[in-house]
Amino acid sequence: MRNLFLLLFICIQFAAVAQVDYSLFRRVQKKDSTIKMNVDAVYSRPFLQIGKTPVALGGYVEANSNYMVTNGKTEGMSFQMRRLTIFLSSSIGKRIKFLSEIEFEDGTKEINIEFAAVDIELHPLLNVRGGVIMNPIGSFNQNHDGPKWEFIDRPISATTIIPSTWSNVGFGLWGKYAKNKWAVAYEAYLSNGFDERIINNAENRTWIPASKLNPDRFEESSNGVPLTTVKAAVRHRKIGELGISWMGGVYNKFEDDGIELDKKRRIDLFAIDFNTRIKNKIYINTEWVWAFVDVPETFSQQYGNKQRGGFLDIVYPVLNRTILGFEHATFNVAARLEYADYNVGTFNETGGNIRDDIYAIVPGISFRPHPQTVLRANYRYHWQTDLLGNPAARTAGFQFGFSSYF
Amino acid sequence: MTKKTLLLLTAFLFFLAVSCKQLTEKITPQAPNDDQTLDGPIDGLSAVEKRQFLAGDAAFNGEVFFSATGLGPYFVATSCGSCHAIDGKGHPFTTLTRFGQSDTLGNTFLAQGAPQLQNRAIPGFTPEHIPAGAAFSKFMPPANSGLGFIESLTDTQILSNEDPLDANADGISGRANYVSAPDYFTAQSYHQSKNGKYVGRFGKKGAAVDLEHQTVNAYNQDMGITSEYALLEPAINGLAFPYFDGVPDPEVSTNTVNNVVFYLRTLKAPVQRNPYDGDVLTGKQIFMDLKCSSCHTPTWTTQQSRVPALVGKTFHPYTDLLLHDMGPGLDDGYTEGTALTYEWRTPALWGLGLSKKSQGGGYFLLHDGRATSIQQAIELHGGEAQTSKLQFSNLSGSDKDKLIKFLESL
Ligand code: HEC
Ligand code: HEC
Repeated sequence: MRNLFLLLFICIQFAAVAQVDYSLFRRVQKKDSTIKMNVDAVYSRPFLQIGKTPVALGGYVEANSNYMVTNGKTEGMSFQMRRLTIFLSSSIGKRIKFLSEIEFEDGTKEINIEFAAVDIELHPLLNVRGGVIMNPIGSFNQNHDGPKWEFIDRPISATTIIPSTWSNVGFGLWGKYAKNKWAVAYEAYLSNGFDERIINNAENRTWIPASKLNPDRFEESSNGVPLTTVKAAVRHRKIGELGISWMGGVYNKFEDDGIELDKKRRIDLFAIDFNTRIKNKIYINTEWVWAFVDVPETFSQQYGNKQRGGFLDIVYPVLNRTILGFEHATFNVAARLEYADYNVGTFNETGGNIRDDIYAIVPGISFRPHPQTVLRANYRYHWQTDLLGNPAARTAGFQFGFSSYF
Repeated sequence: MTKKTLLLLTAFLFFLAVSCKQLTEKITPQAPNDDQTLDGPIDGLSAVEKRQFLAGDAAFNGEVFFSATGLGPYFVATSCGSCHAIDGKGHPFTTLTRFGQSDTLGNTFLAQGAPQLQNRAIPGFTPEHIPAGAAFSKFMPPANSGLGFIESLTDTQILSNEDPLDANADGISGRANYVSAPDYFTAQSYHQSKNGKYVGRFGKKGAAVDLEHQTVNAYNQDMGITSEYALLEPAINGLAFPYFDGVPDPEVSTNTVNNVVFYLRTLKAPVQRNPYDGDVLTGKQIFMDLKCSSCHTPTWTTQQSRVPALVGKTFHPYTDLLLHDMGPGLDDGYTEGTALTYEWRTPALWGLGLSKKSQGGGYFLLHDGRATSIQQAIELHGGEAQTSKLQFSNLSGSDKDKLIKFLESL
């Protein structure tokens, strides 16, 4: 019922858009020419301003086809409506902004408020942000819009170790300072955080994204201890941007009704991200994460206390000019190498390595008729090894898709 | 549009088009041959049976229990598939421990949580420990393929190989373990009771009568999952049950238990690889000459079964399903049913060559996984198998290799 209602709501919205006089909307022109960093990702998106109102609208859509084979078995071809995201932003005052991002994933199976926060700029180096914020851990979580990427699937480590899109209710401070070729930025937030689902789930492994299933996480913290997320980043126009971030807190319900149930158990994630453009052409983007989870020793080693992973994307624009009448069109070749180890450690019984990992290689091509629209084709091959290190399950296949801002 | 763009665009469209069928077949991982896996149903199942097989497969391999769905609170592992990866043998990480019984009179540690040790616990609970003075043994998970064939043998067939007094003076006796069947057990026409007990066919000591018995116990003892058949959580040291676990019982539906039993019953038998290879054939001859086959009986034929596709089928498990004295080296001091502490049920050898694929790349053989190679497993035989073992030691290197090559082909 709720889904039906939401669907109806969207249809009406689109019907309304379809009927209105398009001259009402105008593309918001970006005046800001400072160096863009991941911290700016929420606002550096295309927006349409509605008439003379201070309200701007935007969003993107992502869909693809999928054909995957695992050890010779396939579910055949399927088409996936990955997500439809709608942004709404408004300038309340000169230095007060509001932006919300609502995402419909896999049709209307999942509806998430990914971002809904007010920014009050006290000083460029001191902005207060509160509401539903995206925790600044790594770079992908904040800069995840589909049309920005040449790959159909989101990076494995950025969705299964860092549980992108990971947003929570909270507040904090951020600031950015740019001078000449350099820019630095910081962010620091307190928010609601994880819960025991990370070691209490049907994935049979420590699964940090499982906390996203908690329906109450926008209403209350699972244990009353805020999750801290801190990030610092620096960018040089030529060298690129380097970010380091940490997100940590207590995940278990250590007491209830004043009765102590367990000691406080922590989860901490550290991430490093880097992106650059070599010779103004080859785009490199990478993010690595290490997660530490205090899993009770008497629980099973099936649930690991250390995880790590990362991805490296390389995008090379082969053509960059008018193609088929599209000005500034680009044709890219790209490759992603990625890896995630969900259980770093050794078995108590044998001292042997605990595996439970996945490696993937994803070559692809993409065509951008416009910088904000991408048509992409990926071939994906991954090797997934179980806990014990038995022969990897090999999966490979093709994906075609598009993603575009609107 | 320039020629180059046009060319690129065509290339792009071409990439789209061809990548569909033919190319996909070339550059996607191929299915392993049937003889390389233990998974898959027996031939001849009906459409309905296939569906039940798939439902059982999903529960066995896919259903992971966690505290909210009833895991534990005291447990050993979180799913059937965690211990029996790809239906194969386990790993030291998934071995389980039983304790408390050292003679045929029964387990004297039942009040202290025997027979099975639940050595893990969900957060907030303290796992069980082995009480002082209790004998114990570790059990390595066996493979689960082809069990329906074994379950379909008649008691008469199994008992016909018994030779408890070694009447034929070959040094090999062999007897069945008689165990008390659980309340929910319904004897089939091919079961015979003796003083209210039945022949055990499954487990290291042959302590489980049929696949339902084994499955219900596995849910309960290995994962702390209650079912209609076993409504109480497993016994734990010093805790009167039922203790609090917060999840309503039964934690697994009867339907699921039945599907899993059906899945086990209809899992195909392992398929021998290179059966006609010269070395393999010589190795098989050596296996017969050394009387390995006196316990590891190569071939059986089913007479009747609950599953029509299992009737009248000849299969090659390489076990007589009987208990044998294996000597002091393999005597852990712990036992079950009417078996003695040094007696073990002959394990099936089919699928032996695929063990590494589920044991993490190495071998962990014998009841507790102590042997890390086939040769070592043979060398640890004693008791009734002492003569066979000695003959094995006297083989030339190349004959040993051939015998092992044969065993690996199974
Ligand atoms: C903790 C690891 C573990 C789990 C979990 C587990 N098993 Fe087992 N399984 C074993 C071990 C060890 C044995 C040998 C037990 C014995 O000798 O009594 C065994 C034996 C068996 C056997 C008898 C095989 C034979 O040839 O004798 C079957 C059938 C079986 N398990 C099915 C299951 C099913 C079904 C489940 C899930 C409901 C399951 N197991 C869960 C470890 C496990
Ligand atoms: C007296 C009966 C008997 C004879 C004869 C015998 N075995 Fe066994 N075999 C057993 C029993 C019982 C076990 C299980 C012992 C245990 O688990 O501790 C076993 C275990 C094995 C195993 C390990 C299987 C596994 O899955 O862990 C191999 C391999 C094996 N035997 C091969 C042989 C070979 C080869 C010979 C001939 C040289 C032989 N056996 C002779 C009874 C016998």
